[in-house]
Amino acid sequence: MTKDDFWQGVRGGFPVMVSAAPFGALFGALAVDNGFSVFDAVFMSATVYAGASQMVGLELFGHNVQPWLIILSIFAVNFRHILYSASIARHIRHFSGVQKFFAFFLLVDPQYAETEKRAERGEPVTFAWYLGFGLVIYLPWQLMTLLGAIFGQMIGDPKAIGLDVLLPIYFMGLVLGFRKRDNWLPVVAVSSLASIAAMHFVGSPWHVSIGAIAGILLAACLPLSKRHEEPVTLEHEV
Amino acid sequence: MDNAEHMQLIYVILAAAVATFLTRIGGYVMITQMKRIPPRMEAALNAVPAAVLSTLVAPAFFSGGWEVALAMLVALAVGLRFSSLWMLLAGWLVVMAIRHVLI
Repeated sequence: MTKDDFWQGVRGGFPVMVSAAPFGALFGALAVDNGFSVFDAVFMSATVYAGASQMVGLELFGHNVQPWLIILSIFAVNFRHILYSASIARHIRHFSGVQKFFAFFLLVDPQYAETEKRAERGEPVTFAWYLGFGLVIYLPWQLMTLLGAIFGQMIGDPKAIGLDVLLPIYFMGLVLGFRKRDNWLPVVAVSSLASIAAMHFVGSPWHVSIGAIAGILLAACLPLSKRHEEPVTLEHEV
Repeated sequence: MDNAEHMQLIYVILAAAVATFLTRIGGYVMITQMKRIPPRMEAALNAVPAAVLSTLVAPAFFSGGWEVALAMLVALAVGLRFSSLWMLLAGWLVVMAIRHVLI
């Protein structure tokens, strides 16, 4: 039973792994391009294990941004996980403490989405299934980072093979991915303009926090959409 | 990167790993502690990713050169319909075509 669940998880995670693999390699190549060693790149993939925030981290590190701001930015990009872990709490209540530790460590976007779907279908969210799904994404992510980093080392001029354009476009894709959210367009517009202005008048590392704070403050001040009128009670979701 | 810089990178990565883990366990801890999230705070939290990521996109549009700006526009158009892998491919093709064919 446990073994079956594990392999069911592996099969479920396989397509996710295939679509994430190019990004793992891209991270490895760009990390080396930004001054990371091959070890650093794999070390970051293995410990942080959150693709988008890893890209953000190496971009900021390449710009000599202050360490606290790098860590804060990674925290901010990963903030959505707080909602995930609140939401899957009800499905993994039966995990042991150690199992919960690993479950939260592996909690990437597709892991969350699949766990919710599985619970909704009424299938049991067992630790074996969760681990199978998680590992088939986690382990290849390390391998692809390694391959990308080794490949990145062989590249002389990253501009000649167009590597420099990939990060901004990757981030643009992430921004677009959030476009269903409330006040998305005003937040993006204000953060973009504020970051450009801050880049011009204040200087490089600060444009990130100034731009971000402008958009976040705007979102907090704009009229709340209907579903926010009632104070959201996390409790009734459990 | 010299040695001190490299050690700093390792520390930053470790701190980032801890920060990331905190976000992954945070909701679980919160839900057992806190009864409700104020709606304005929730609205602000919802805006965090788009706000942070926009600051990494917009300046690059102006600082990367005209071919990068053009590639970003093409990628934006592609991204409205297709996944981010296609955006990357389209933008990359534009930049490579301009750099190696036109110039």
